[in-house]
Amino acid sequence: MNTHYLHQKRLLQDRLFTLLCALAVLLGLSVIAAVLWTLISKGYSHVDLLLFTELTPGPNMAGGLLNAFVGSLIMPGLALLISAPIAVLIAIYLVESPSTHRLARYVRFFNDVLLSAPSIIVGLFIYIMVVRTMGHFSAMAGALSLAVIALPMIVRASEDVISLSAQPLREAVMALGAPRWAFVWLVLAHAARSGIITALLLAFARVLGETAPLLFTALNSSFLVTNLWQPMANLPVVIYQFAMSPYDNWQGLAWAGALMLTIVILVINLLARLIGMQKS
Amino acid sequence: MLYAVDGLNLTEKLESDVVNSPDEHALSVRQLDFYYGGVHALTKIDLSIPKGKVTAMIGASGSGKSTLLRTFNQMYRLYPEQRVTGEILFHNRNLLSKETDIQQLRKQIGMVFQKPTPFPLSIFDNIAFAIKLHESLSKHDLAERVEEALTQAALWDEVKDKLKTPAIKLSGGQQQRLCIARTIATKPEILLLDEPTSALDPKSTRQIEALMLTLKNLATIVLVTHNLAQARRISDDIAFLHHGELIEVGPTEVLFTQPKNVLTQQYLAHGEDE
Repeated sequence: MNTHYLHQKRLLQDRLFTLLCALAVLLGLSVIAAVLWTLISKGYSHVDLLLFTELTPGPNMAGGLLNAFVGSLIMPGLALLISAPIAVLIAIYLVESPSTHRLARYVRFFNDVLLSAPSIIVGLFIYIMVVRTMGHFSAMAGALSLAVIALPMIVRASEDVISLSAQPLREAVMALGAPRWAFVWLVLAHAARSGIITALLLAFARVLGETAPLLFTALNSSFLVTNLWQPMANLPVVIYQFAMSPYDNWQGLAWAGALMLTIVILVINLLARLIGMQKS
Repeated sequence: MLYAVDGLNLTEKLESDVVNSPDEHALSVRQLDFYYGGVHALTKIDLSIPKGKVTAMIGASGSGKSTLLRTFNQMYRLYPEQRVTGEILFHNRNLLSKETDIQQLRKQIGMVFQKPTPFPLSIFDNIAFAIKLHESLSKHDLAERVEEALTQAALWDEVKDKLKTPAIKLSGGQQQRLCIARTIATKPEILLLDEPTSALDPKSTRQIEALMLTLKNLATIVLVTHNLAQARRISDDIAFLHHGELIEVGPTEVLFTQPKNVLTQQYLAHGEDE
């Protein structure tokens, strides 16, 4: 009798908890769904061929976002070119240092601090260091600020994936009489390769949407700029400026830009997940 | 009785070898102590490994048999908190001395681990990786050496048509034979096998045991195992360790039929229960 009651009680608790979990999931997903739905419903009608072929227009004129797309390809790309090699080398250093190594502990701690640094602070830092020194805004300054943001992300993610792939191989490789560099090469070029590519893709997706650091560094430009020493248009800043404007055509472009940005980030994330899954 | 008499002679011969002709020994361990940080794991080990034979090291978990094996190729050097004192003579030189070229030493003294550890490369490249660490060969010579190693490890016939396949796709037993092939590809004088069959099924275990007997002709083998039946089937000599001390050494049949030490007797009687 008693056990039956207990069983019923546990069953009820179990169902209640499952229900609460399901509700939480639904709540979380509905926020994402609402964001996506708003973007699609408001942005869809502004997506046309002109969006990809024309430059950002003046108020109440026809135009597109070509210069912003190009800038948002160049600056995050350059940022990754700068930060990825440094970050992967730092990750190797962290993995290969014995756990008792004090400097490695400090590096790991400061990396975590940098990881949680507000991006606007990073923007201000590059503004003072680069923009003020050079006397003008530039794509290079923008790329540098994005590189500072990407660096700790890549360090953290690659350290995890490198140490995970290195651990089971270390003794086997070293027992063959391999020098340490051969071991590191095997891990980087083969065992951890897809994990590192995933980390780079995720970092790219993350800096693609960064607005605050670019406001202080690359600013914006209504021209198609490829000179890295000039201010350069980019999607987040264009979206920010156009969305705040009173002009209908600018607001429409901001919705279309936001939709495209979201789709690209979504696709990169899926791609990263796919590469990660292939590995396992 | 016949065994006992033979065995006694062998034991005497073995003991006299230590003193008279160290060349008969692949390795001679002298007064070896080992520490994991503050833990004293091996105490005053004296042991000679005869050349061209299979020596099995047996003992309960934690007896120090793997620890001892890992001093022979200086694996412990990967871990700063592990340290060793004493001597291990290899070609009349103490391999524990600072002047030892560790990479060269590990080429001469190869090791295979409990779990198969294929590299994330093709079957061919797994073997080629090991060879290329120590020799620069032409493509043709490299391919020959890979085939030779795979043949010696009794794996060639099973993989010759899929050398480009990732090694990870092989079965557990095949992976372990691949690891053996990779290790013997650099032509080591001594092969250290650390419980090489304990992660494998009975059929793969039989294949690897048969392989060990043929590999005896290529290299001196030191086998760590807690499978007493395997030790008896494969080895020529046995070293029994208990709580970090070497309790008894002798020819396999003698040790199994007439163990002198009471600890050895107990382990042989109940060892597998531990």
